[in-house]
Amino acid sequence: MAQLFRPSSNTIAKVSIVAVVLLASSTIGVAYMIDRGSWITNVQVAPEQPIAFSHKHHVKDDGIDCRYCHTSVETSHFAGVPPTETCMSCHSQIWNNVTATQPIRDSWASGKSIAWNRVHNLPDYVYFNHSIHVNKGIGCSSCHGNVAEMPLIYKVNTLNMNWCINCHRNPAQYIRPRAEIFNVAYQYPDNQAELGAKLVKEYHVQSLLDCATCHR
Amino acid sequence: MKDHSPSHPNGNMNEHDKTTASALVPLESLLETPHKKVDLAELREKLAAGRGPAFWRTLDEAAESEHLKEYVEQEFPGLSGQIPQGVDRRNLLKVMGASLAMAGAAGCTKLPLESIVPYVRQPENIVPGLPMFYATAITNAGYAKGVLVESHFNRPTKVEGNPDHPASLGSTTIFEQASILNLYDPDRSETVLQRGGLSTWGQFTGAASLEAQSVGSRQGEGLAILTGLTTSPTFISQMNALLAQWPKAKWYTHEPSANPAVRSAAKKIAGRPAYVDYDFSQADVIVSLESDFLNAGPASLKNARQFAAKRGIDNGQTPVRYYAVESSPSVSGSLADHRFSVKSSAIPAMAYQLAKALGVASPDLAGTAPDWLAKVAEDLSSHKSRCLVIPGEYQPESVHLAAYAINAALGNVGTTVRLLESYIPETSSLEDLTSDLNNGHVEMLVIIEANPVYSAPASLNFEAAIRKARLVVRLGQHFDETSRWSHWHVPSVHYLETWTDARAFDGTVTILQPLVEPLYRGKSPHEMLSVLLGKPDATPHDIVKAYWQSTNPNGFDAFWKTSLHNGVVAGTAAAVLNAGGPVTLPALTPLESSEWEVTFQPDPTVGDGSWANNGWLQELPKPQTKTTWDNLIFVRPSDAEKMGLHNGDLLKVTVKDRSVTGPVWVTPNQAQGSVRIFFGYGRTASGRVGNKIGYSAYAIQDASLPYIAPATIAKVPGRYEIANTQATQSMEEREPVRAAEFAEFKEHPNFPTLEEKPVPKELSLYPESQWTYPNHKWGMTIDLNICTGCSACAIACQAENNIAVVGKDQVARGRHMHWIRIDQYYSGNGTLDEPVSYNQPVPCMHCENAPCEVVCPVGATVHSNEGINQMVYNRCVGTRYCSNNCPYKVRRFNFYLYSDWETESLKGMRNPDVTVRSRGVMEKCSYCIQRIQEVKIKAEKEDNRKIVDGEIITACQQACPTQAITFGDLNDPQSKVAQMAALKRNYSLLDDLNNRPRTTYLGNVRNSNEALRGQRGSNREG
Repeated sequence: MAQLFRPSSNTIAKVSIVAVVLLASSTIGVAYMIDRGSWITNVQVAPEQPIAFSHKHHVKDDGIDCRYCHTSVETSHFAGVPPTETCMSCHSQIWNNVTATQPIRDSWASGKSIAWNRVHNLPDYVYFNHSIHVNKGIGCSSCHGNVAEMPLIYKVNTLNMNWCINCHRNPAQYIRPRAEIFNVAYQYPDNQAELGAKLVKEYHVQSLLDCATCHR
Repeated sequence: MKDHSPSHPNGNMNEHDKTTASALVPLESLLETPHKKVDLAELREKLAAGRGPAFWRTLDEAAESEHLKEYVEQEFPGLSGQIPQGVDRRNLLKVMGASLAMAGAAGCTKLPLESIVPYVRQPENIVPGLPMFYATAITNAGYAKGVLVESHFNRPTKVEGNPDHPASLGSTTIFEQASILNLYDPDRSETVLQRGGLSTWGQFTGAASLEAQSVGSRQGEGLAILTGLTTSPTFISQMNALLAQWPKAKWYTHEPSANPAVRSAAKKIAGRPAYVDYDFSQADVIVSLESDFLNAGPASLKNARQFAAKRGIDNGQTPVRYYAVESSPSVSGSLADHRFSVKSSAIPAMAYQLAKALGVASPDLAGTAPDWLAKVAEDLSSHKSRCLVIPGEYQPESVHLAAYAINAALGNVGTTVRLLESYIPETSSLEDLTSDLNNGHVEMLVIIEANPVYSAPASLNFEAAIRKARLVVRLGQHFDETSRWSHWHVPSVHYLETWTDARAFDGTVTILQPLVEPLYRGKSPHEMLSVLLGKPDATPHDIVKAYWQSTNPNGFDAFWKTSLHNGVVAGTAAAVLNAGGPVTLPALTPLESSEWEVTFQPDPTVGDGSWANNGWLQELPKPQTKTTWDNLIFVRPSDAEKMGLHNGDLLKVTVKDRSVTGPVWVTPNQAQGSVRIFFGYGRTASGRVGNKIGYSAYAIQDASLPYIAPATIAKVPGRYEIANTQATQSMEEREPVRAAEFAEFKEHPNFPTLEEKPVPKELSLYPESQWTYPNHKWGMTIDLNICTGCSACAIACQAENNIAVVGKDQVARGRHMHWIRIDQYYSGNGTLDEPVSYNQPVPCMHCENAPCEVVCPVGATVHSNEGINQMVYNRCVGTRYCSNNCPYKVRRFNFYLYSDWETESLKGMRNPDVTVRSRGVMEKCSYCIQRIQEVKIKAEKEDNRKIVDGEIITACQQACPTQAITFGDLNDPQSKVAQMAALKRNYSLLDDLNNRPRTTYLGNVRNSNEALRGQRGSNREG
């Protein structure tokens, strides 16, 4: 009876074993990279906005405090996006005839809101509260990055759950003095471990890891 | 979606789901099994011989039928029928593999780009993300109950009671809770219609002004205005202005759930329009002559609060003794120490006999009083001025007069009974309107809110009469039965959309303020009257404000702001009236003698029918019977046995020559020879939810005998499917309810745990030190002694936690979604017809050793360090192992996409702090985790202060009329919940399992009369 398999079959078999392993691992790898990449997470992606609003200009050049526009960040779960009126408080006087600010004047005249595209968006089953974080020593830039260097706003962190948990497990690594909360250029000092531990005690910061902390 | 089947009220199943649903096992085959086989005679024998269970929820459970066991063991009956037949192992593996791959793929989602739309000009007091609360009120049959309404970004989302309002005291009934769904009802009428064709408000006001001119030229002759009962000072002043301008116009009222005999009797007693108010906080003995005072009427919440305080036993006080005489089991009657089933038509005679026994001059009566009546009279006379007799809401005038005469004779007037000024205006009745229509006296008929074509007694034949009017104008929230016969239909406003005012039972005024602009450009009753008065442009705000400005010209701005803020207008409570002369009892005109009587009452959940299109109320298990989505005919077990009736058999009830046919519910505690039927069903134009369910009781109602009538009944062939929730969710052969007599309680305050074997702590496999609960230890206690079973908690929970409605078909399969259920237990003591009833609310127990947590393969239900059993929806993959392992059966599963993700109007209603669950996800009571987190965050921001006891209130606790539910931190020994948990009558459910539930119960104690010990029911047999 003739051989069913030729000698080359051995090679094919060995190669295909390796190929299957490689294919499977690369598929998983590619899937992982896509999942963690900016296409899914939108990190470093600045979505198009109805107005080319520059945080860099308003924060760095003009020195406007975060809370001038994001008024409810210390009191509510939602930091707040400014009503047209806030924009008009300056732009009725300055830059009041340039194309860039035309949508503001249109909104003011028509009474129709400006629809901004969300940059930082959490799934609907996640309940994040801004006020408790800024009250407990987590600064704006810890999550949002240094917006003073962003002409167009983009996400610097994935906002994935493992990113949240990283801080919730050990808040001391990211806590800063309350006076520095709105300093977007804040740099963690070299003795952060020491300072963080001290502030955690002072601000009664808890390491909250219960699911119901965020999921209800 | 166009095709909205009534069984899926939110129109929430997509097309795919519908096909699957239709492939389910037919409901009939599912339901026939447990209900058909109960042999009542055998069951009676068994209970009499003491072989039955001590506590039972349904007749099937009492009979311990094999069929029920099979049904219950499945947990979700009929599910196994869905597994396709003939699937082999290979195909099963293929399907499972594919599911796994697809489930994995479904996990990879890219969040869609969403937008944030800020205000153009942000209102000054709005903080984005923080709710605001506004005080207003809801009216029922004219009387107000004050509420505080939660609003997120100007969307009303939740109704709570107003603690400062005398008719609310912070609690609510099911109707206030469910009213939020009515606001967002997608079936509400959206536009003005003329003869069914589209029109506009402008066209209407134009046409109406012309008509008004022509009517005005004849001093209002031919103008008839029909409204519901009202106490609104502004509306009444508008009507008075209109009637002054046109003296020949007439005002009629129609309110099917308000018995006119109550008002006519009060008028006879006081010599002028009056309201009889009862003070339960002063009463040591209560006799109710078929009154459901804890659940019905404008003062029910006040009554419940006062009654609960008097029933307290933990401070060494002797509790109130409460005798209930009624023909059908009521919510209030379930708490009675002695309950006597008596035909409603026999109650007037009984009231007279009681009066006679207490020395009140009353006409001679044939027949003798039952033995127990003398004992009751004795008890009353030994508690002079500290007792009260309350007449039934649907009893005739004679009973109201007799009750007042008894109270006067006992010296109760001035202590437990007082007469208050009444603010309900005297108007003509619907009977008058019908005869005026038929005699051609009405040319133009304006109907405001009332729906007489549906709810008029059949004997009036109103549908024929309304056609005699030349012009009918209707203001209503739905294009309903009456609008169909109207030339003009104008959409009306919901109470959260408009300005008006109303009085509580005690006269206190609330100015109702809107929380939102009318969603469908509805018009208020004030605007309708303004159009007739020739001012079509007046807004309800201006009308109401102008009225109050005229009565309070000095310091009006402060008055207006304070009144709106507080939800009550100070100093408007009614004056107490002096009693008139002695009441003479009229001779009784007995009903024509008949073997059977039928009694009519508003349905416990959909009322007189105006709530029929509310899915929450339709699906709420009705108190006592735990049936949903239908009105049933109650028959006493012994009567059912004689006639060979079983649950779901059809019964024809005939009054005079009119009859309706409906399904039977064999109901313990129903009086012999009496059947009870309910209004509210058989609607044809209520909307997609309420249409074509059940029979209309109005179809056999006779205007001369509106609530109690002689009848003939006959079994007719055929069966009807009933969706009952007590057949499932069984805790099987344990004793979940524990009760004692007051004497026993004094001897053994720890009666609930007397026979219980303590479970050694080391029995647990888990190390004791694993959970220490250093910060908070949340817990709940439920006092079974004062729970009335009214179900306000269940609806409050539904509103707070975005709980879906599933429809009748799914309820019958045991898939209703309520996070808190109210179990109704009967304790036989050997009788099937007259058992004692107990109510037991069952939310999640939040066990410290939770059986559900250890079986979840994906960690979707886990323990928190405060002892809360957390449910993580986004982790849940739907194995349902947790539900299987839960001995309390409190976990609910989304078999389909029950939540409505499609209907636009319903999106605004949802609580933004709670996830809206999707298909394939388990859910259950979370102890209102969103409220806990909110308060914790608030306290931490306020310099990390301690949370005050009572600061966190769960939705069920907040709604509870008797405050039977207490929630708080068990770590704080000063907290109310810790004190309740430390009481000796505290016990936990199924504690032999060593689950250590955080939700515990306080045992029920009855203060029976020694002289009547063990005696229940006037016509007890067997």
